[in-house]
Amino acid sequence: MHAFVVDLVSTLSTAGYLFIVSAGLTLVFGAMRVINLAHGSFYMYGAFLVTTLVGASSGARFWWAVPACAVAIGAVGAVVELGVMRRLYRSEHLTQLLATFGLLLIFADLALRLWGTGARTVSSPSPFQGRITIAGATFPSYDIAITVVAVLVGVGLWAMLTRTVVGWRIRAVVSDPEALAATGTNTHLLLTVVFALGAGLAGLAGAIVAPQTSIAPGIDQAIIVSAFIVTVIGGLGSIAGTALGAVLIGVAQTLGTRYAPNWASTVIYVVLIAVLAVRPWGLLGAAER
Amino acid sequence: MILDIQDLHVYYGESHVIQGISLEMDRGEAVALLGRNGAGKTTTMRAVAGLTPCARGRVRFDGQDITRWPAYRTARRGLSFVPSGRRAFDTLTVRQNLDLAARAWRFPRRGWDVARVLKVFPLLEELSGRRAGHLSGGEQQMLKIARGLLANPELLILDEPTEGLSPAVVKDLGRWLDLLRGEGLSILVTEQNALFALAHADRGYVLEKGRIRFASDASSLRSSDEIRSYLGVARLA
Ligand SMILES: Nc1ncnc2c1ncn2[C@@H]1O[C@H](COP(=O)(O)OP(=O)(O)O)[C@@H](O)[C@H]1O
Ligand SMILES: [Mg+2]
Repeated sequence: MHAFVVDLVSTLSTAGYLFIVSAGLTLVFGAMRVINLAHGSFYMYGAFLVTTLVGASSGARFWWAVPACAVAIGAVGAVVELGVMRRLYRSEHLTQLLATFGLLLIFADLALRLWGTGARTVSSPSPFQGRITIAGATFPSYDIAITVVAVLVGVGLWAMLTRTVVGWRIRAVVSDPEALAATGTNTHLLLTVVFALGAGLAGLAGAIVAPQTSIAPGIDQAIIVSAFIVTVIGGLGSIAGTALGAVLIGVAQTLGTRYAPNWASTVIYVVLIAVLAVRPWGLLGAAER
Repeated sequence: MILDIQDLHVYYGESHVIQGISLEMDRGEAVALLGRNGAGKTTTMRAVAGLTPCARGRVRFDGQDITRWPAYRTARRGLSFVPSGRRAFDTLTVRQNLDLAARAWRFPRRGWDVARVLKVFPLLEELSGRRAGHLSGGEQQMLKIARGLLANPELLILDEPTEGLSPAVVKDLGRWLDLLRGEGLSILVTEQNALFALAHADRGYVLEKGRIRFASDASSLRSSDEIRSYLGVARLA
């Protein structure tokens, strides 16, 4: 029973950071129909940046470092949108993929220069360094913190997309950018904001998961694969679907690691194939017309 | 003058689609832009609205040069372009479509808000919670015009408003146009249905291959045999 509860909490925390990264990816895809392979780079930069900002302060600076990473990586995203992405909206999918793959390589190289080849770590802030006991089960309290942040991000995104005019515009720009411009919305600016938001979410996820992982070159590619699987399972463009996909993959990873460690990474692909066999457009995605 | 187009040229890639159009509209006028399919009506309107770049020539709106303005700026300035076809924001509800248009920018209100639009188009009130993608062609047309009005325009540009509408709805549309004209709104409208457009316009232009072929007041265009046969309009019984 205890093992089960501990697994559950660690599953939720895995699902949590996967959701935050993937929500950014799906938001950008939803608004601009571009799959950004460099999305994982934003995640990696968030993780590296938080190690730099926190430094040896053993967690004290962590509180402001995490939001600072999200904002800084969001700003990087805005620059990337202005400099690169907006030239690609009318290009073919292959051109878009190649260009964002190029970005991924450039960011990876730049990261080597900025942070070196070694793995870096950062400690979580003191209140979350221990384990807490709830109903007789003890688990790392930081797992709970990640889960809470992920839930807040999810609710925030949902509220924005369904309750605010900006959110309606983000949904409208998918169906008809010209008609949206004709109602007075600066659609170029809107897309810059969406892309920055997506990048900021990736940066936030990287920063927040940093205390739990070893941060080294290559995590950009690892996370983009996971995030892509999560969003495809959930249905590209759907935030709620992404949450479902993240939970599914979180469960698959935790169970896989516990019961079949050699097969843990395979289990994820099995889940992907199983979902797509039944619903090719993902759990909550709409079939493209 | 509310709209003053001088020697407008527009290209799609290599093809020279608009070849020097000049068109003038006074404030409060309703003008019909007619011509066969492919004559360049839509392109002219898109160029004026800022959705397609003008290669040469000048577009002035209320005395201001808007030739190179992007669409969102012309819309905020008071030029509302209502494109043809199914152009609702499909995944939003009818009400969200309207609220979005109403709150697009801070602009001096000129009398149109969501409440008033719903009064003119009561059907939209009934449909307000419906996903816009599920509306019929006529309902979408109504929604598009309502959205255009919520921009509180000084000039309303309608591309093929009767396309796909049932005769009953076409009649309603005529009533709405007359109502808006009565309020002094300037209207530029294209139509396949030339008689409909001329019945609700003061003047008309007939385009052919990107040039203006005829320009006259609506009643003489309606009665000219040459133009009727050119536009393929049957003689009035
Ligand atoms: N996006 C486009 N790309 C290339 N040619 C176009 C495009 N849109 C329209 N055209 C061409 O421009 C000409 C004028 O089209 P349009 O303005 O749509 O005419 P109308 O609205 O009078 O039917 C036509 O010959 C049409 O084929
Ligand atoms: Mg047309």
